[in-house]
Amino acid sequence: MRALTWHGKHDVRVDTVDDPSIINPRDAIIEVTSTAICGSDLHLYDGVIPGMTSGDILGHEFMGRVVDTGPKSTLKKGDRVVVPFTISCGSCFFCQKQLYSACDNSNPVANQDITENLYGHSVSGLFGYSHLTGGYPGGQAEYVRVPFSDVGPIVIPDGMDDDTVLFLSDILPTGWMAAANCDIEEGDTVAVWGCGPVGLFAIQSALVMGAHQVIAIDHYPNRLALARKLGAKVIDYTQTHVLEALMEMSGGIGPDAVIDAVGMESHGFAPDNILDNIKQQVGFGADAGHALREALMAVRKGGRVSIPGVYGGFLDKFPLGALMEKGLQVRTGQTHVQKYIKELLKRIQDGELDTTFMISHRLPLEEAPRGYDNFANNQNDWTKVVLKPGTAGV
Amino acid sequence: MDHLEDLRHSPYGRGDDNANVWLALGVGALLGAAGLAWYTQQSRRERARRPGDSAPGRTARQSRFGRYAVTGRTVTIAKPKDELYAFWRDFSNLPKFMENVLSVTTAGDVTRWEIAGPAGRSVHVETRVIEDRAGEQIAWRATESSQIDTEGKVMFRDAPGGRGTEVEAIVAYRPPAGELGRWIAKLFQREPAIQGRRELKRLKMLMETGEIATSELHKSAA
Ligand SMILES: [Zn+2]
Ligand SMILES: [Zn+2]
Repeated sequence: MRALTWHGKHDVRVDTVDDPSIINPRDAIIEVTSTAICGSDLHLYDGVIPGMTSGDILGHEFMGRVVDTGPKSTLKKGDRVVVPFTISCGSCFFCQKQLYSACDNSNPVANQDITENLYGHSVSGLFGYSHLTGGYPGGQAEYVRVPFSDVGPIVIPDGMDDDTVLFLSDILPTGWMAAANCDIEEGDTVAVWGCGPVGLFAIQSALVMGAHQVIAIDHYPNRLALARKLGAKVIDYTQTHVLEALMEMSGGIGPDAVIDAVGMESHGFAPDNILDNIKQQVGFGADAGHALREALMAVRKGGRVSIPGVYGGFLDKFPLGALMEKGLQVRTGQTHVQKYIKELLKRIQDGELDTTFMISHRLPLEEAPRGYDNFANNQNDWTKVVLKPGTAGV
Repeated sequence: MDHLEDLRHSPYGRGDDNANVWLALGVGALLGAAGLAWYTQQSRRERARRPGDSAPGRTARQSRFGRYAVTGRTVTIAKPKDELYAFWRDFSNLPKFMENVLSVTTAGDVTRWEIAGPAGRSVHVETRVIEDRAGEQIAWRATESSQIDTEGKVMFRDAPGGRGTEVEAIVAYRPPAGELGRWIAKLFQREPAIQGRRELKRLKMLMETGEIATSELHKSAA
């Protein structure tokens, strides 16, 4: 099959690789019809996530048709499904608590050692997201082997276009969980750093959840325009003192809840206990966690801090004093996609959530490297790239 | 070779037992052993003046007790203890989750373990069950003719809050001399805790999900 593979920093290619096949009883094989490039794929593209091997297939946002099933799969050949990026067994202690992204049983044991050392506990398996999370071949490919297919994938009724449901795989539930983690109350001001896809869905979700106002912070005019269209107020940080503006826009109180939808791209890993060969991939960005620090400074006393942005290592000059002295609550984590996906599908069907507005480009799989390049370097205009394996171009 | 019997007090002993356990484990003798870092000696002297804590003895900042290396690990599995006990007690199931164990055969009261070695060679360990309490504990010890001197036990306890069963496995072994010893040292001593935890995690996967997670694209040709 053809698949987008990683070969190093800023080096991704579409290669011919082996087709996947059923290995475990609960597996299914999906023929991918749509797959997106995610902001967190750029962390891999930029080489700031360790545990990558040349030839790894990227992609964790995908959907398609079931073409093969293991004996314990509950899917049927021909089913159209969206696949959560988190791989979860459904039966461990964490899955039972709906903490699906903390699943104990989806990351192959040999792959668990690194995060067990790095974080104290191993993390769950994710598609196409380094060997720290299992080394699972991802969805930017013609076919994907999907483990625990009786737990993760959600069957999509015919008649719903791919583009309306594709983002159930990650960024919609991620934005939704980011807002849910804010425990929004009547009258709340919610400030969101980063108007990428997750930030935009967090804005939309916070408004659906009844926030009095959502204030979006970014510097790309086009992304700020998308936020404004959703109903957010916007701050362009290149023009405005963010902390002052947020205080003034919230009656001198400060935002009740803040969302960091930017993540680690601005800081990179500290290489303490990461293997030496991994060190060479480690990047130290210039902004150094600026969004999170600013969010912690901005949020009101007793406020809520939600971090959907991806972090993997250590953060310097973390304002722990602000956290403690203001009595803040922090909630974060990889998204428990399976917890939210059914409800969100219904909200899409009911027309409550707009899921297609951010798609700026649709490309055939063969043009994926061009998609990465532009998504990374032309962020104002390339807001979300959807790849269509099996098409010659759109 | 009653080191594991001595250990019985320590790995799951609580609090005050530990002071005695330290003596039972020959910690005093270790103090004089060559090669112990100054830091280790200092901390042990320090520790000798301290009351014992509640942690299992094997989590101490040492991994050798007398001539024996000891490793152990606990995992909680969301299954009833009788089911887990029964699965383990059928020793032919063990290769399903123990990576280095090629086969386990039982003849009479002797169990023969074939363990994968370097260059396609394998080593044989012979054990006898020395304690068997249904649903609770299985303990084994190497026979005189075994190539490796080892003892181990696995315990099954109800986990709190309906979480299933706490499975605790602990193995003590004395590496033999010679080439075999060097290989075994490599196999066990370099990362004994990692070996143990990987095997228990595979057991957990198998029991909770019916399969063992893999990220391969397809079944390997082998
Ligand atoms: Zn994503
Ligand atoms: Zn699970």
